[in-house]
Amino acid sequence: MPEALIQIRGLHKYFGRHRVLRGIDLSIETGQTLILLGPNGAGKTTLLRILATLSRPTQGEVQVAGVSTKANPEGIRQYLGMVSHAPLLYGDLSAAENLEFYARLYGLHQPEARIKHLLQQVDLYHRRKDMVRTFSRGMIQRLAIARALLHNPPILLLDEPDTGLDPQAAEMLTGLLGDIGGRERTIIMTTHHLERGLALADRVAILAGGKLVLDTPAAEIDPQGVRPLYDHFVNQERRKA
Amino acid sequence: MKRYLQVVWAVLWKDMRVEWRTKDSFTSMAVFAVLALLIFNFAFELNVPDKRMVVPGVLWVAVAFAGVLGLGRAFITEKDQGSLAGLLLAPVDRSAIYLGKMLSNFLFILIVEAFILPLLTIFFNVTVIIPSLLLVLFLGTLGFAAVGTVFSALAVNTRAREVLLPVLLFPVLLPVLIAGIRATSGFLVGDTLADHANWLRLIIFFDILFLVVAFLTFDYVVEE
Repeated sequence: MPEALIQIRGLHKYFGRHRVLRGIDLSIETGQTLILLGPNGAGKTTLLRILATLSRPTQGEVQVAGVSTKANPEGIRQYLGMVSHAPLLYGDLSAAENLEFYARLYGLHQPEARIKHLLQQVDLYHRRKDMVRTFSRGMIQRLAIARALLHNPPILLLDEPDTGLDPQAAEMLTGLLGDIGGRERTIIMTTHHLERGLALADRVAILAGGKLVLDTPAAEIDPQGVRPLYDHFVNQERRKA
Repeated sequence: MKRYLQVVWAVLWKDMRVEWRTKDSFTSMAVFAVLALLIFNFAFELNVPDKRMVVPGVLWVAVAFAGVLGLGRAFITEKDQGSLAGLLLAPVDRSAIYLGKMLSNFLFILIVEAFILPLLTIFFNVTVIIPSLLLVLFLGTLGFAAVGTVFSALAVNTRAREVLLPVLLFPVLLPVLIAGIRATSGFLVGDTLADHANWLRLIIFFDILFLVVAFLTFDYVVEE
């Protein structure tokens, strides 16, 4: 059996008295692409933020490559790249300056070639000197992916990266995400777009009411039946609540 | 250590470059400080026999209130444009992010001080560009930026963030402000550094205390 790169055991998260995650157990292997589905408020973003060490678990443990996020958060952050619906970019810096800044944060030596390669990969090299505030939403998300890949992380966390994109930009993003996956890179992505998510996934999980209600290989899901399956599990959880 | 300092420098460089382009913080701080000087100038014009009695208070009040405007923006802009998480994802001790932010705040406030000191001299006809006074202003600003940067990060996740920052900051900053005003009063009438060594020691003590506490707590302040 392949070694689990990410291990989540008994994860609970409270915000005040509000319980957002209720006992999540999940293990994700190297090279897998896991698509995390769920309605708004299901806890998808919270789960990703805990994995990214941006938030602490109230209870339970998260390990990345055998290292607890509590024990060595700095070390774990080196393994992670993150793209969220917020771009994590500076509008008043150019595309190249944004990547240069993040290259310094990640301690990359002589990052010029890497920055050039990534800007070419996301088709923004010709706009490298332009301020990010002049970019469209689709261009910003492509640049955000370049930023997340700058230090070549083995784990990529994508929190609804297709939010606010027009269909053409979303298709381009899906193509790009397909290109950057692979055997060496583990991807965890949340999305509301079930069909698009399924096209990228090795594995599909549904989070509802803070609980993991489905975790199954993508090959076992009929693309036509993903919506009814999703509605079934989400409604079932709503009735329980 | 080299890696740590590289991150501190990266954050400082980024803040300086963004500020150079937008001038958002500097403009709001400088305009506020000049308005404060003007209002105090008119308010005290007729009633004060010796303006050296009021200049220390005017100077520190203008710096403190203008500084709060800049400190408030330090993390609000990061949060609003969604870049704060990007900083916090850096694989380095988060105190390096704090130090970079603190130094940029410190530098912005010093630039505003350099702008208003000549104006203070013109408006109140009192020479304030005195080495010992500049030293006490430098040390007081360091403490102000040290504690203000942490509270700015703390307030940014709250709903009443613009109101919360001064409410949290000024009570904690009071010893530094009092020491700064007392020392400044003395330097304006010709006292030496030795005459006010105790006030300076108090400011240095609080600078160190604020920096140590900020280093120890920043990680918890910015995490959910």
